[in-house]
Amino acid sequence: LMFLGTPVEIQRPRGVPLTKKQFYEESKPFTCLDGSRTIPFDRVNDDYCDCKDGSDEPGTAACPNGSFHCTNAGYRPMFIPSSRINDGICDCCDTTDEYNSGAKCENTCKELGRKEREVLQKMAEITKEGFLLKQQLIEEAKKGQQEKQSKVTDMQENKKQLDEKVEALRTVKETAEQPEKEAKERHLKAWEEQKAAIRLEKDKAKMAETFLELDDNEDGFVSVSELQSHAELDPDADGTLTEIEAQGLMGGAEQVDTSTFESVWPKIKDKYHSEVSREEEPAPVETPPDEVKEPVVDNDSEPYPEDDISEEEDEDDEDEDDYHEDDDKVSAQPTIKTPEKTHEDEEAMPPYDADTQALIDAAQKARDDFEEAEKALREMDDQIRNIEKELSFDFGPDAEFTYLYSQCYELTTSEYIYRLCPFNRVSQKPKYGGSETNLGTWGSWSGPENNKYLLMKYEQGTGCWQGPNRSTTVKLTCGKETVVTSTSEPSRCEYLMEFTTPAVCQEPANIDPSPHDHVEL
Amino acid sequence: MAASCDSLLPLVLLLCLSAQAVDRSNFKTCDQSAFCKRQRELKPGQSPYRALLDTLELSNSRLSLQLINDNNKVRLLLELYRLQGNMTRVKINELKPLKPRYEVPDVLLSHPITEALSVVAQDENSLVVSLGGKDQRLILSAQPFRLDIVEGSQVLMSLNSRGLLAFEHLRTRKDTKSESEQATGQENVEQQTDEDGQIKEDDDKPGMWEETFKSHTDSKPNGPTSISLDFSLPGVEHVYGIPEHADTLKLKNTDGSDPYRLYNLDVFQYELHNPMALYGAVPVLISHSTDRTMGIFWLNAAETWVDISSNTAGKVRVISSEAPQTDVRWMSESGIIDVFIMLGPKPADVFTQYASLTGTQSFPPLSALAYHQCRWNYNDQEDVKTVDQGFDEHDIPYDFIWLDIEHADGKRYFTWDPSKFPQPKEMLQGLMDKRRKLVAIVDPHIKVDSGYKIHNEIRSKNFYVKNKDGGDYEGWCWPGNAGYPDFTNPEMRTWWASQFAYDQYEGSMENQYIWNDMNEPSVFNGPEVTMHKDALHGVWEHRDVHNLYGLYVQKATADGLIQRSEGVQRPFVLTRAFFAGSQRYGAVWTGDNAAEWGHLKISIPMCLSLGLVGISFCGADVGGFFKHPSAELLVRWYQAGAYQPFFRAHAHIDTPRREPWLFGPENTALIREAIRQRYALLPYWYQLFYNAHRTGQPVMRPLWVEYPDDFATFSIEDEYLIGKDLLVHPVTDEGATGVTAYLPGKGEVWYDVHTFQKHDGDQSLYIPVTMSSIPVFQRGGSIICRKDRVRRSSSCMENDPYTLYVALGSQGSAEGELYIDDFHTFSFEEAKQFVHRRLSFSANTLSSRNLAPDSQFSTASWIEKIVIFGGSQPSSATLKSADGTESALEFEFDSTLAVLTLRKPGVNAAADWTIVLR
Repeated sequence: LMFLGTPVEIQRPRGVPLTKKQFYEESKPFTCLDGSRTIPFDRVNDDYCDCKDGSDEPGTAACPNGSFHCTNAGYRPMFIPSSRINDGICDCCDTTDEYNSGAKCENTCKELGRKEREVLQKMAEITKEGFLLKQQLIEEAKKGQQEKQSKVTDMQENKKQLDEKVEALRTVKETAEQPEKEAKERHLKAWEEQKAAIRLEKDKAKMAETFLELDDNEDGFVSVSELQSHAELDPDADGTLTEIEAQGLMGGAEQVDTSTFESVWPKIKDKYHSEVSREEEPAPVETPPDEVKEPVVDNDSEPYPEDDISEEEDEDDEDEDDYHEDDDKVSAQPTIKTPEKTHEDEEAMPPYDADTQALIDAAQKARDDFEEAEKALREMDDQIRNIEKELSFDFGPDAEFTYLYSQCYELTTSEYIYRLCPFNRVSQKPKYGGSETNLGTWGSWSGPENNKYLLMKYEQGTGCWQGPNRSTTVKLTCGKETVVTSTSEPSRCEYLMEFTTPAVCQEPANIDPSPHDHVEL
Repeated sequence: MAASCDSLLPLVLLLCLSAQAVDRSNFKTCDQSAFCKRQRELKPGQSPYRALLDTLELSNSRLSLQLINDNNKVRLLLELYRLQGNMTRVKINELKPLKPRYEVPDVLLSHPITEALSVVAQDENSLVVSLGGKDQRLILSAQPFRLDIVEGSQVLMSLNSRGLLAFEHLRTRKDTKSESEQATGQENVEQQTDEDGQIKEDDDKPGMWEETFKSHTDSKPNGPTSISLDFSLPGVEHVYGIPEHADTLKLKNTDGSDPYRLYNLDVFQYELHNPMALYGAVPVLISHSTDRTMGIFWLNAAETWVDISSNTAGKVRVISSEAPQTDVRWMSESGIIDVFIMLGPKPADVFTQYASLTGTQSFPPLSALAYHQCRWNYNDQEDVKTVDQGFDEHDIPYDFIWLDIEHADGKRYFTWDPSKFPQPKEMLQGLMDKRRKLVAIVDPHIKVDSGYKIHNEIRSKNFYVKNKDGGDYEGWCWPGNAGYPDFTNPEMRTWWASQFAYDQYEGSMENQYIWNDMNEPSVFNGPEVTMHKDALHGVWEHRDVHNLYGLYVQKATADGLIQRSEGVQRPFVLTRAFFAGSQRYGAVWTGDNAAEWGHLKISIPMCLSLGLVGISFCGADVGGFFKHPSAELLVRWYQAGAYQPFFRAHAHIDTPRREPWLFGPENTALIREAIRQRYALLPYWYQLFYNAHRTGQPVMRPLWVEYPDDFATFSIEDEYLIGKDLLVHPVTDEGATGVTAYLPGKGEVWYDVHTFQKHDGDQSLYIPVTMSSIPVFQRGGSIICRKDRVRRSSSCMENDPYTLYVALGSQGSAEGELYIDDFHTFSFEEAKQFVHRRLSFSANTLSSRNLAPDSQFSTASWIEKIVIFGGSQPSSATLKSADGTESALEFEFDSTLAVLTLRKPGVNAAADWTIVLR
């Protein structure tokens, strides 16, 4: 309509919108719109505020709470606070607010209208295309969601089977492990018995050997004096084995024969040093091996890395210590003082017999099968959890934001590369080297109440010096493409990112793009 | 902003991390300042000085005689002047110094006008000099030397009565002294002079010839040069002034603590309630008692400490049998003793006297009294535009938006960051289209960079301050390595001023004004974050001129702004450092405060103290610079700031944004209302600044200034007067539900400006408050003009009509003034283009009378409404215009509050008129 003719201004007091024209009738006294009082009509727009609600001065700046209506033919009408009337600043594009200030205003409504229409048109195109894209996104998301849902359902079905399988295999495993355990115990027991018999044999042989050694004069008897040559047998540890002591060891006898020696042997065997091996006996080692090593560890010439090195060395030492300790424990167990011999004496356990081995193999297989199934179950659980997590995100009323999940979008500025990974995190990395800074991890949708999906909030990023943790607000606008269009830091450590996506495009209103003009005609 | 940490070297950063508040160890105590320690070790006793009466010389207006120190035979020259307006000047210098000692230039307006002195009596040990009117006399006692100023039989003030006159004379450096001699420091060195007999040198004490503080060594080539003098004030319990300190209005007794220190310093995160030095120094102390108000102006720009000792401190007044007395002692590191004693007797007289010496407050353009929006930093042009629009969207007025150091290209002042502010003129034009303005920062430290024009010119003209070895002095500041122009050099100042010309300062426009920060000067790596004392300004050491540096920076900048408009436009320059006389060049603010309730509270005594010593244009960063204010604190600060002279919100770069609309709609509305109250009262503020400019009377006044006989007002610092007609008691407590305001004046009445409720004077009144309350009272007997049509900026309100608020006193009369001019040029002064009217109401007649018949100015403003408090209902109201025409005015009367509103007199604000109520 606007473009066809010249606008016709309908007579009414200055600053009054058409919709309120009926309240301002020149022939009648004026009643304030809040009804508070009635004044002669010539006091409307007389530059003095009579009504508390400011309604008597729609065209002057007299009332602090008044508002002025500009028609703005060709553009959009608007209200401005009446304090902007004749303040020397052109607010209404039709210049009507500056009728008495000397401000040189030009009517820019047509130009603004044209520009606005262009912008609206462009926006409308974008919105239209964006909205179509959004429909696809919704379709895909729904499809995806269904797929995922059914996948989860399938997986949960599979999981049930897996559960059962795991349970079944557990039973198999336990069943196989019982005979295995028994067979192994049997085998071990037999070996223990065998070892005891061998030890007894050896003891006897040693006793005989010792008897022969002690019987220096080879008269078939060991005498007190013969025994006395072994000072190590001294029971009171005063360094000498007296005659009485030796006699005591021999049960009061002057001499004993081989059979009587059997009762002497237990008393002396722990202390007895074989004459044959005496000289070969190694001298007791007084310094533990790690202490010997110490000077090698210390390296004074390199003060800086010393800590690191010695720490590592310490660890090594500890390992070695552990090793030695274990060794000592092993060697401390036998009652005989020569550990090397013990090893020789106690041979390794003989291999399992074929039957036992078969049982073990069977059990091992059952175990492997069980563990494999259990692992598969765990993996299945993880997969289900991931999909459920994804499904639990709020991807918008129609899941239109689903496609952003697990994607990242970058924007490079003069200094930084900004990276937005929706529903995950925002980060910033210097363009020319340097480490990445976390500008916030996914928090929530935080747009206004009527559409919370217009803003995303990422919180708890890297802390700022003397300041808060970094956070980012992502502002979403309708666009054909999914792009980060700008980033800024309006306040220290609070970032603002602008992001276009078809997902926020609203269904284009199917109306005239210049809806404001008709009011004035 | 202060030498805060984040921009410093990593090394400094480490030091800063631990600092929650001020790091006191960065700043000297008296004990760490060698001369203060030496001086303070001298205890009251008999003065070694003797006046040589036979050396008396008396000309018409000057009396001089010699003083001799009987301990070391050094002679001093005492000069006494009687100055017009009831002042006495006392000057003491060495009779024959080895070389001239520094005398502070450029602070006094001109040579003060002297009046005739006459000796009225003399005997062998004393001299009585008449000081003119009211039988005021000065009694000079010869041995021990002492001065007493008396009126009749009453002693008003005594000098050297405690024998603390100490004058370290210049002496030759004994380069031959061996290390061991210096170390023991016990050997007396004797020096022959031709006629004075033997001069016995003082024993050398540590720090006389070299002084080290932290890592900085002061080479002290002139050795000890400090001076000291004591003043006793009988009958006085209350002394004020000597700003700048973050302390109470009434000065505290300094026995047992450090003296108040005057040494301009950039103090990072300053603490409240201590005598540490801050950014500025005005060596003026005001004493007040119910009998008399006096002032002491100690004209010395070196590091100065002031000890206050009162015999009534901490005692309950009524119990003390002793007559109250306050003793004051001044100690300065170099220069001479040059003291102006202002004898009052009323507060207004002292202000007039001081103004006659150092000048009055510059008259700012009206917009500078409006609201300022600042932040370190508005990031770029887009940000400036967005904030500007934000004010319009939220219908909040503002006049100035400010740009801190980040706007310049690499902190090279006079330039613009090419990526953030590529089109400064476009930005300034955008603001001009909204009738708004911008302030950009220009600090005095100049980046040492051969690619920087300003630096190259200063270097080639040899305008930089020199280090002790004669090279250009360099220190660290915001741009890194920086030079410091020698602002004490008048040629340098002329050149600096020329740099503000539109063709020199690229991108600048007439709606851009200037902010001088860091002009103490701040030197991040210097001793006490300032310049080395042995740096050289021509022949003078930095030691001599330190406290003057900031004044000169602001002066040169203000001169530049005047010159760029060829003398037409009034300048607006904000400074952080200041000295006596800085009031002539613009506004000051209280530096880098913090978003804490205590800082909000202290802003009142800090600005009151400045007002008492001539600097009326004072404000504190609204919201607090460091830290993040709660919404409640921010709102309360806006409410308080709206009623303080310089009204600017400011914030540190590391704080979250805090534009007024970022705290929810309720708080936005509260802040909007506070700012709107400021704008409505701008005519009153403007008139008070005009008055301050003309007369030297402060704009923001302690209650005792207007109620000098009311002892109850003497320590009040949580409320104050704007002019004499508005009493403000801002809410400065968190969660406050009420305040207790003291309304002074027996037989007077006060009206709550919001509720119109009437209260009697001479009472403490409990006022319940809500978040929207700003307790403000109009004095009964006053008329205040407001512009109630608040618009986007003060310029937009230029031609708006006035509403007269007539608050009738108990006698049913009231008086007020209205001042109007073009609001931004010097025409008011140079062409007498202004309107100044007396408004008075008595005997049911309100009239407007011309106070300046020889001035002329036409205004479009008219009288929109007259609101009369405390009257009765008339049967008619008749307006008589100048041409004799009469017309009936409509009116409304609210009988419950006794408020009469006269509808639309419509007369021009510059016209004569009378309204008669019957």
